[in-house]
Amino acid sequence: MTESVSESVATSGPPRVPVTVGVNGVSVSRQVEPRSVLVDFLREDLGLTGTKVSCELQVCGVCTVLVDGRPVSACTFLTADADGADVTTVEGLSDGQTLHPLQESFVDHFALQCGFCTPGFLMMSKALLDGDEVPDREAIVEHLEGNICRCTGYEPIVEAVEHVAEKLRGGPHG
Amino acid sequence: MTTIARPVGTPLSRRPDDPVVGTPLPHESAVLHVTGQALYTDDLVGRTSNVLHAHPVQAPHAHATITGLDVAAAYDVPGVVRVLTDADVPGTNDAGVKHDEPLFPTEVMYHGHAICWVLGESLEAARQGAAAVRATYAELPALLTVEEAIAAASFQGARPTLARGDSAAGMGRAARVFEGVTSFAGQEHFYLETHCSLALVDENGQVFVQSSTQHPTETQEIVAHVLSVPSHAVTVQCLRMGGGFGGKEMQPHGLAAVAALGATLTGRPVRVRLTRAQDMTMTGKRHGFHAAWTAGFDADGLFTALEATLTSDGGWSLDLSEPVLSRAMCHVDNAYWIPDITVHGRIARTHKTSQTAFRGFGGPQGMLVIEDIIGRCAPALGIDPAELRRRNFYAEGQATPYGQPVRHPGRLLAAWEQVAGTSSLAARRAEIDRWNGRERHRKRGIAITPVKFGISFNLTAFNQAGALVHVYKDGSVLVTHGGTEMGQGLHTKMLQVAATALRVPLERVRLAPTRTDKVPNTSATAASASADLNGGAVKDACEQILGRLEPIRDQLRDPSWEELVAAAYRERVQLWAAGFYKTEGLSWDAAAMSGHPFKYFAYGAAVSEVEVDGFTGAYTTRRVDIVHDVGDSLSPLVDLGQIEGGFVQGAGWLTLEDLRWDVSDGPGRGRLTTQAASTYKLPSFSELPEQFHVALLDEAHEDGVVYGSKAVGEPPLMLALSVREALRDACAAFGPAGHSVELASPATPEAVYWALCAARAAGRAS
Repeated sequence: MTESVSESVATSGPPRVPVTVGVNGVSVSRQVEPRSVLVDFLREDLGLTGTKVSCELQVCGVCTVLVDGRPVSACTFLTADADGADVTTVEGLSDGQTLHPLQESFVDHFALQCGFCTPGFLMMSKALLDGDEVPDREAIVEHLEGNICRCTGYEPIVEAVEHVAEKLRGGPHG
Repeated sequence: MTTIARPVGTPLSRRPDDPVVGTPLPHESAVLHVTGQALYTDDLVGRTSNVLHAHPVQAPHAHATITGLDVAAAYDVPGVVRVLTDADVPGTNDAGVKHDEPLFPTEVMYHGHAICWVLGESLEAARQGAAAVRATYAELPALLTVEEAIAAASFQGARPTLARGDSAAGMGRAARVFEGVTSFAGQEHFYLETHCSLALVDENGQVFVQSSTQHPTETQEIVAHVLSVPSHAVTVQCLRMGGGFGGKEMQPHGLAAVAALGATLTGRPVRVRLTRAQDMTMTGKRHGFHAAWTAGFDADGLFTALEATLTSDGGWSLDLSEPVLSRAMCHVDNAYWIPDITVHGRIARTHKTSQTAFRGFGGPQGMLVIEDIIGRCAPALGIDPAELRRRNFYAEGQATPYGQPVRHPGRLLAAWEQVAGTSSLAARRAEIDRWNGRERHRKRGIAITPVKFGISFNLTAFNQAGALVHVYKDGSVLVTHGGTEMGQGLHTKMLQVAATALRVPLERVRLAPTRTDKVPNTSATAASASADLNGGAVKDACEQILGRLEPIRDQLRDPSWEELVAAAYRERVQLWAAGFYKTEGLSWDAAAMSGHPFKYFAYGAAVSEVEVDGFTGAYTTRRVDIVHDVGDSLSPLVDLGQIEGGFVQGAGWLTLEDLRWDVSDGPGRGRLTTQAASTYKLPSFSELPEQFHVALLDEAHEDGVVYGSKAVGEPPLMLALSVREALRDACAAFGPAGHSVELASPATPEAVYWALCAARAAGRAS
């Protein structure tokens, strides 16, 4: 289905460009339109629908994925700019057997309701926790400032990330 | 958490030993959500072959006649398959239930109104096709504000009056009478998942619509009447929604109908997914209101009378504006006894999106009016606003203006006193006054406000629900019910109800997607009542099955669940049941605005503290304390999440979220200027209260509801009125004692700045 859609557009669109992207550890090569944005590439070309689209202009953080470990808004990030990079999406967080500590903590802390913002929060939080310093509450709040949740009121999300940070620090929950 | 002090309740409300209800559980789909496996409607598109994508042609005028529509050029765009216009509608060209929402209009009623839809092989082809459609318009005058509509006498729908006693005589008894106007803005739902429908037609002509809808049955009905087919020829399914908040109660129907019409005409699946800008410019929002009021108080500060005219901004069509207005009028009393009262209601017709349901459904608007009145009158009365509120509380034996006795008013007082105590309100009040005395350029404010919110649909007929419970031969259980899941945890609660009722472990129960061919004739998942209603129906179905199993159990010696079920099957016992529930004791006369529309009231109280900067009006919320009544909680983590999230969403409405339309006479008149997350400020981490304490009210068993619980979806939103009143209190501290602060809503930093400037000016004048 996706291929036939792409072909019909290609008749009127600009020439395609080749990209090779490492997606959750798997190398993927495709021809994409120059204007293709990463979230459409992930969702439509690769069928990775875990990454959601919401505000469509890089404000709400819902579509956050990691490109070479750095969080980006996939709704405005050009697929062509991911050429040669490693992209991690929510589908790549867990090894398929056990949940990533962040995933487990979001479940345990009821840090989600409708779940639509959850992949973005997880990826943004992973970027923070993968950094050199274990963040405190203030750093977590500042880092997640650009992610919108319309359901929870945020408190359980902070608690979920704090819990994982404390474990990393070997703190009270560690 | 909630405790039960003694054996209480009715057969409906009583819990067995070791119930699964009341257990703090994660959201039933939590693991799917964190792994990205949870499917929303648009995620199904790539799992469906040969899908066409739809794009609307949106009119660039707020009000105009369509003088010409030439769609030929769209077909020249590669990939365009079909343009849908009114000529294609086999049935009724209407997307609503009031027959005032043409799906393909001849008259443009708001800026961005979709006049036709283009289907393409890709969204891009459809978009380009829509851009190629040539429409011509003859512009007409447009009304954009409630004030403009009032001046032009542009109203729609019923104009009810709610009255008790003789309000003129009540004013005559008053020691002080105040008059004022309270105007406030609406709110964009900004569910993170925009509207989406995916329709296909099977080999036998059955239309299958997967839709992000809070009201599958009504979506089914609208699709059926647009297609001119019976309801049984249309199936609507909703897996889950990425947020709804009322915005998907009525607004999905027309979009689902476009998808279904396209699928019927082309024989291919059709996807309608709105972009964020389309969603914001095309779909309805919370109603803003204009309220003109006169309030009388006696020498002790007790209300003697209230007269008010509430005018809601309905936008271009009625949709849910009438019931929203009814609920606003039924909540203008909030927690207060007002002996003589007359409230008139009317709905302005303006050239904007059709304003609709939004969490609270008029309740917040009604309460805002009375809390604004108290907040403004208290300084003139020389009574502390907290004391003025407390003094006017309902007492046992009193009834609302619409004639319903207020049951358990003591629970409101208990919540109030508990939160006043746990928040150290009195001590902090004194400390804040001292702090404000020292600080010249910053002021703090603190306020406590109550919530009394009526639970049930105002319209009695909607208070029914169905469920279908299957027990399979291996003992596993599949539950389907009429409610939809939008994150609020309804499915989690229903699993807990089923496991409790059948006395099986939670793991034995699975929940099936909400579908109109499983449970028909459902009410919207709305009015906070879905756990009450569907929970009652699930429990009924489970108890029917258990009843049939009892004779088999008697024949066996202490059988396991699996042994019992297997034996029952062999004995030819029916192992599934359709459950039904209707709320007893309700009545409502919409013409007289009187009756007993609510099963019960949910209560709560909140204390909020803010700090305001005198140079900019910028503020922070320092601390929030809440005590809220959820009865005996069905699922404590779900309920806490509803309370916290509802409060923050309410605070967004009252302080941040600022919908602006172009009201100039320029060419953009009527355009929504805040049509993106970049210009429409949503609550984010930076507005998170520095301290946020939430507790559930103890000893709150509700014996009229499944397992003693109470509804929770909407009531906590109105606890955020405490933030607005705290901001008023802080602004007042910039002025002289007794100054009455008028605060715009939303109380953005700019609005707060103007309010504190007025307070300062009053100080200079005195």
